[in-house]
Amino acid sequence: MFPQYDVIVVGAGHAGCEAAAAAANLGSKVLLVTMNMQTIAQMSCNPAMGGIAKGQIVREIDALGGYSGIVTDKSMIQFRMLNRSKGPAMWSPRAQNDRMLFAATWREMLEQTPNVDFYQDMVNSLVIQDGKACGVVTGLGHTIHAKAVVVTSGTFLNGVIHIGEKRFGGGRVAEKAATGITEQLVSLGFESDRLKTGTPPRIDGRSLDYTKMEEQKGDEDIIGFSYLDVPKPTRQKSCWITYTNSTVHDILKTGFDRSPMYTGRIEGVGPRYCPSIEDKINRFAERERHQLFIEPEGWNTVEIYVNGFSTSLPEEVQYAALRQVPGFEQVRIFRPGYAIEYDYFPPTQLRHSLETKAIDNLFFAGQVNGTTGYEEAACQGLMAGINAHQKTRQLEPLILKRSEAYIGVLIDDLISKGTEEPYRMFTSRAEFRTLLRQDNADLRLTEMSYRLGLASQERMERTIQKKNGVDEIKNLLQSFSLEPEESLDYLVTKNSAPLTQKQRAGQVLLRPGIDLQSMSKAIPRLGEEVKTYSPDMLEQAEIQVKYDVYIEKEKDLVQKMAQLEDLLIPDNFNYDRVSSLSNEALQKFKKIKPRTLGQASRISGVNPSDVQILMVFMGR
Amino acid sequence: MIGAPGKARVRLGEVVVLNRVLAYLCKMLGKLTGWDDTIVALATPPGIGAIGLIRVSGPKTFGIVGGLFPAKDLREQPSHTLHVGLLKEGEETLDEVVVSLFRGPRSYTGEDVIEISCHGSPYILERVMQALLHAGARLARAGEFTQRAFLNGRLDLTQAEAVADVIAANTAASARTALHTMRGGFSRELRDLRERLISFSALIELELDFSQEDVEFADRKQLYHLISEAEQMTSALLASFRLGNVIRNGVSVAIVGKPNAGKSTLLNTLLNENRAIVSEIAGTTRDTIEEVLNIDGVLFRLIDTAGIRHHTSDVIEQIGVGRSLEKMDQADIVVYLFDVADPIAGVAAVREELVAKGKPFLLVGNKVDTAEGAAARGRFPGELLISARDGHSIDVLKQRLVDQVLQGAGAGDGTIVTNARHYHALQLIQLSLSAIRKGLDELLPGDLLALDIRHCLHYLGEITGEITTEDRLDYIFSKFCIGK
Repeated sequence: MFPQYDVIVVGAGHAGCEAAAAAANLGSKVLLVTMNMQTIAQMSCNPAMGGIAKGQIVREIDALGGYSGIVTDKSMIQFRMLNRSKGPAMWSPRAQNDRMLFAATWREMLEQTPNVDFYQDMVNSLVIQDGKACGVVTGLGHTIHAKAVVVTSGTFLNGVIHIGEKRFGGGRVAEKAATGITEQLVSLGFESDRLKTGTPPRIDGRSLDYTKMEEQKGDEDIIGFSYLDVPKPTRQKSCWITYTNSTVHDILKTGFDRSPMYTGRIEGVGPRYCPSIEDKINRFAERERHQLFIEPEGWNTVEIYVNGFSTSLPEEVQYAALRQVPGFEQVRIFRPGYAIEYDYFPPTQLRHSLETKAIDNLFFAGQVNGTTGYEEAACQGLMAGINAHQKTRQLEPLILKRSEAYIGVLIDDLISKGTEEPYRMFTSRAEFRTLLRQDNADLRLTEMSYRLGLASQERMERTIQKKNGVDEIKNLLQSFSLEPEESLDYLVTKNSAPLTQKQRAGQVLLRPGIDLQSMSKAIPRLGEEVKTYSPDMLEQAEIQVKYDVYIEKEKDLVQKMAQLEDLLIPDNFNYDRVSSLSNEALQKFKKIKPRTLGQASRISGVNPSDVQILMVFMGR
Repeated sequence: MIGAPGKARVRLGEVVVLNRVLAYLCKMLGKLTGWDDTIVALATPPGIGAIGLIRVSGPKTFGIVGGLFPAKDLREQPSHTLHVGLLKEGEETLDEVVVSLFRGPRSYTGEDVIEISCHGSPYILERVMQALLHAGARLARAGEFTQRAFLNGRLDLTQAEAVADVIAANTAASARTALHTMRGGFSRELRDLRERLISFSALIELELDFSQEDVEFADRKQLYHLISEAEQMTSALLASFRLGNVIRNGVSVAIVGKPNAGKSTLLNTLLNENRAIVSEIAGTTRDTIEEVLNIDGVLFRLIDTAGIRHHTSDVIEQIGVGRSLEKMDQADIVVYLFDVADPIAGVAAVREELVAKGKPFLLVGNKVDTAEGAAARGRFPGELLISARDGHSIDVLKQRLVDQVLQGAGAGDGTIVTNARHYHALQLIQLSLSAIRKGLDELLPGDLLALDIRHCLHYLGEITGEITTEDRLDYIFSKFCIGK
């Protein structure tokens, strides 16, 4: 019934979809197995993509030829570029999405991708021969063969849902949990553990009084996520902000004795940065209120997502507490919030290619690796899909460096440090934040992917065009001089000192408060010179000129760091020979088998002296 | 620079540190060899003392020493215990000794260590050493105990360097600063600064990563205040480097003055020996002479110089004079010796000249023991007057020299930077601090400010050996209610 596949992807969430698309676009014959064809690319949590650090990841996915950016652009109902007032490394695209349109767009794009087959069934176990994954066995009893398997099980492996004292198996509310894979892998020596995450109630937008809330509108100018031309919506929907208060908190506290969090029924560790509302009022008792974001779920639905009110308290407590929130006096709940516990495999068991160390040709991506977030999952899926394909063709894996992409930071963090709580990306995790901007992901990554055969010709050409345009503009700014008279009015309006003699435009651009767009508008001679360039190119050139000092500072550090990053540790290095290593470092090194001294130095529990000792030993 | 769950303590800065570590190891320890063998060395200074300490370290320590210690089976004894007994080679009793047992890894080197306290006679010590070598130990190379301690993770880099300094320390003052570093005084101050900076950087990161949420912002005024404080601290530390260097390498003192002012006599008196040729003929000293003198634990390198005369026809002497002027410029302290019989105006002119040079100096009148000198005493109120020949007021001069040195150290107990690596990192810290301050002045966006703070933290980490960003995230999560 089934042909021999190159790659089987288990699970069709954000990670699974990207994995299937990437492997297929590279030329692998792919089967995407999902328990429910109706829930491909579900946004299980809030209907939004991007945000700080996450938006950068989506742009990286797009630059590499993944689909998340395009799907987000096609299904957005609101777009905002966050952190505009800060430096360009902080600018972060964020979209509010139509939940149903998002999933439908993904499915449509996958269906239009040659080489992707679909099958609805539960995978119960993997076919493993000679330490190598070569297929899956499904709940309906089919054995399907492939050269590589990518597991993207999300919250489904032995998922348990909690609402108050109620507790039942499930991968999402109203969806069955998956069983079998954890047990099989544990019997093969894998370590597994439990994590927890949660989601807030979804409510009826018709029951809200928006006059009591603050409106949060989208940007007038939608930048979007994809570097390709994707049509953007012509209208947008607003989000709203309201706050909890002490009455709300008091009501929530009445449910604590029935909270699965506090009665010990939940064992999994939840993310500190995505706390439930009960956690917020418990740990930060002094705060009188907490912010709630009221997010519409789509163009054609009244359903609303109450971001900031994640909870697993009993339904009636959720309801009573929500009613005390300004604007929520008449609220009706569609679906209560809940907490979910699921299995993950500590990611230190992986290689940088996301292939497991224990079993060849088996790849993991997404929440199964202990991460949280659609963007984090999607980018791992993309990398796992690429590397599964590469592996089946005996080609080198694609491994991004920490200085090249947030994706590189994420995977290196997971593999070197592991994670004990759901891992979310922050810009502060990146050493080279100034280099890893949302505006230059194409310049950083597209060529790499194009050489691999993933990024399309069109994508590559656009990137080259952008790069050339940017270089031309930068040259122009260094040769084009502004006359004192023609720039006088402009500089005065910008509260900047008038020129006393002519000065190069690039020099003037370095002044605080001066930007290329307004300058070329105010000075027609300059405007004439740059008018043929796209806003994208102009912005890129401006950033490169204006923040050159900082960009160079970081490049210096990259250079310094490269010394350690380039020192490869042989695969068969015998750590036991190095008796002077601390016991903890010895155990960690043996388990994680760092590829480079740089990676060794980032492993938790490893001291500088351990790395020094290693270096001395390797030098001998 | 700059993290994530887990505690990665090594970061960017370590790259630089590591390179230096290697250079340092090579320099200090020579070629690295395996450390499967057991080494022995005399741990107390050579010479006669009440007690001599011999230290043995390595896997065979207990076997080797135990073989010479018939009273008990040392291998059976617990770690960190003392045992009295006779040390014997064959039938011959070498000495009655106390042995202190330290089993690895809880020892200085991290290996099995035994310290043997013998009586301090050079003969006994030599015999014991010979016996240990016969029994299979190897003579340790300079710094080899520290090398092992370092490689076994018992010392961090700063500590290892401090130990190297202690080994190199010739004098008490130098040992004091080295010990101060070893006990962590220096790192403590910087660690404190680093921690305060981390909490600020955490606030700024919070502002960046969670700007969409209801969080408080980092108070720029407080940061400004912290930066100013940090700048003061680093400049003080940087300023102490010269002094630290001076303490480690000795303070050079140029004794200058006109020919026959008694410079060489003074040198001899200070050293209590006839080092320089002394004669009545002006211009006898044709070369500079260097001698080392320890006053109250401060090491002085005394430079006697050929007298400064403005006209000399003797070619050899001319060369000597040129060299002494040069020495005067290189010296840390100048002692200008004049003859109390000299005209007052001349001495006043010399004082002006010395003040103009901007170098610490002592103006000292000599020859108060002569008849003319005795008569001239009243002409120089306030000046230090001595007799190099009979030693009159030499103690006062010595005290003034020590005072000159310690002036720069404030209370004398303050942290003094002696290490070139630390000095270099401190310079970079200062640069990044001024970049932060400039950024604050120009209302730079938080991420760029954070970049400079990261740099500063990075260099601080080069000294304290801790560079991580996870603690920053921990700080954020423990202090703030964030996340939707």
